[in-house]
Amino acid sequence: MTALLEVSNLHVEFDTYGGIVKALRGVDFYVDAGQTLAIVGESGSGKSVAMQSVTGLIPMPPGRITAGSAKLRGKEFLGQRRLDGKTICGDEIGMIFQDAMSSLNPTMRIGDQIAETLEVHRGYSRAKAFNRAIELLELVRIPEAARRARQYPFEFSGGMLQRVMIATAIACKPSLLIADEPTTALDVTIQAQILDLLQSLQKETGMAIVLITHDLSVVARMADRVAVMYAGQIVESGSVEDIFYRSAHPYTLGLKLAMPSHSGGEDHRLRPIPGSPPDMFSPPAGCAYCERCDRAMRVCQSDNPPIFNVDKGHLSRCWQQHPQHTAPSDGLYKSTPAQIVEVSV
Amino acid sequence: MSELIRLDKLTRFFDMGRGKRVHAVDGVSFSIAEGETLGLVGESGSGKSTLGKTLLGLYDKTAGSVMYKGEELPAHYRPRDFLRMANVMQMIFQDPYASLNPRMTVGEIIAEGLRLKPDMQAGDARARVTAALERVGLHAAHASRYPHEFSGGQRQRIGIARALIMEPEFVVCDEPISALDASVQAQVVNLLNDLKTSMGLTMLFIAHDLSMVRYISDRMAVMYLGSVMEIGKAADVYFQPRHPYTQILIASNPEPDPGREKQRLSTPIQGEIPSPVNVPAGCRFASRCPQVMPVCREKTPQLLPLVNEERLVACHLYTEPVTSAAS
Repeated sequence: MTALLEVSNLHVEFDTYGGIVKALRGVDFYVDAGQTLAIVGESGSGKSVAMQSVTGLIPMPPGRITAGSAKLRGKEFLGQRRLDGKTICGDEIGMIFQDAMSSLNPTMRIGDQIAETLEVHRGYSRAKAFNRAIELLELVRIPEAARRARQYPFEFSGGMLQRVMIATAIACKPSLLIADEPTTALDVTIQAQILDLLQSLQKETGMAIVLITHDLSVVARMADRVAVMYAGQIVESGSVEDIFYRSAHPYTLGLKLAMPSHSGGEDHRLRPIPGSPPDMFSPPAGCAYCERCDRAMRVCQSDNPPIFNVDKGHLSRCWQQHPQHTAPSDGLYKSTPAQIVEVSV
Repeated sequence: MSELIRLDKLTRFFDMGRGKRVHAVDGVSFSIAEGETLGLVGESGSGKSTLGKTLLGLYDKTAGSVMYKGEELPAHYRPRDFLRMANVMQMIFQDPYASLNPRMTVGEIIAEGLRLKPDMQAGDARARVTAALERVGLHAAHASRYPHEFSGGQRQRIGIARALIMEPEFVVCDEPISALDASVQAQVVNLLNDLKTSMGLTMLFIAHDLSMVRYISDRMAVMYLGSVMEIGKAADVYFQPRHPYTQILIASNPEPDPGREKQRLSTPIQGEIPSPVNVPAGCRFASRCPQVMPVCREKTPQLLPLVNEERLVACHLYTEPVTSAAS
């Protein structure tokens, strides 16, 4: 079965006054139809850039895709706006962002903003599009949709605006929804409502979701598969159980130990990850995480680790997973028949 | 442990004109013991930050009082009140980008408070800045740099150094970790915990991250629309919430455990926090409460202790005979 979206070896750079920022340094991932992939990482890890370069939303220049491929149902589309007569962004892929207030036009009625998508992509008449917009507002559980469609963004709360964004994004029934930190600015009670809404819409429409977030709890709640990003590379990927119960990369493990325990009983002292991520103007020759890693070896300093296959579908970019390295103790998962998948350059 | 701070029916309204008033903080009473960390949680708009700022005198009090070591602090701070209280109470702000003046060096930012001390010599001030920087894990050489040269976590350390150079007894931390990445959050939380032990600080820790508040606090208070709904030992409130609002808040908080998340029931609460303008009579949570009773819409529940428990809850479920609507 071909994946719905498959991205491989994606390299993206940005020209800045300070030099060239190597934002993505060989990113591979895939999403299957109807599934949720969570991309986790800290600010600056490249998680948003990865999805924006796939959808053609990074400004070029200063941005530049130097290598890589992106395939939708097996067909290459990277750098193109259309595929098989449909626009990629809008028809095939819908997108929602963190800050709903600044992503919507403050001078346009809510209903018109949703309708605009349908007028552009589907050629609907104004009236037809507006009526469909009201249906979409009902679909995202906004009460009194017909009245609310005639209001402006300032009359909506943050949670309601995020619902409007979702309505706009799913207006053309995309096969993939990219949700870039959709609940970061929201309270936990509203976050629970929005995550619930995304899950039930996914069940109803069968769309795949790529969820970009820095919050591991949201990942645990939503994801089928997870890709952990660090300094422009995916350092570990696998099923959500692989990532949470069998972490095979020290960075993933470090993120988990930096959080307070959620069960009762004695508290462990939080174990923060020391230091900060590397400078992306000149990424290190070796492993980008080795400066902060408590298990770094000599090889980590000099050579960027290749991707190792830890288990079926569970990949890790860490020398600890090398077949000839003895199994690490203290929490890092390793299955013995690990094999090298890709030798990095 | 003796009591350091006591709030008695502390109230802060904001006038909006035409008779409209925002009930940001409405009759909040609790005390904080010396050396204690009290966590304060609630949704945005619940009045957490206003409470912190009113407590410090940054906002005038509409009614009620703040007692510091048994002494009542003025309702309206005059300059000399600020001069005096700056040596006792300090604040750490949420946004490490907006709360540091970009035109001042880190050393100037941290030393600014020392100008309030009458007999401070320049050399002495420099030594104290160096000590403050080292205490928060930065270097003496950082004093001559500007804020833009630092990362978010480092800027938050600068904000902490600025507050602690005054050697306060009491610090209000207003969402000090919300703007930081997960791995850096843990660094700042550990730093605050260490400083609390080494300097004997008392803290009011305001945040919306329930798990982190539970971790750092001794006791925890839950606010909703300007009122405290529940207050008690942090672990008790987090693991056995009693107030229906606390129960919903905790149930909404996802955990980093996919096994447990898969079993989670659907949305614990519909709707959003109502407007704090002209709050209706009765319990503030009545409009969203799944266990609402007729009495909740008429009578405001008082914050009362639960039998056999070290906690206070403002809910009729625990004081009124339970009617059929609640079961």
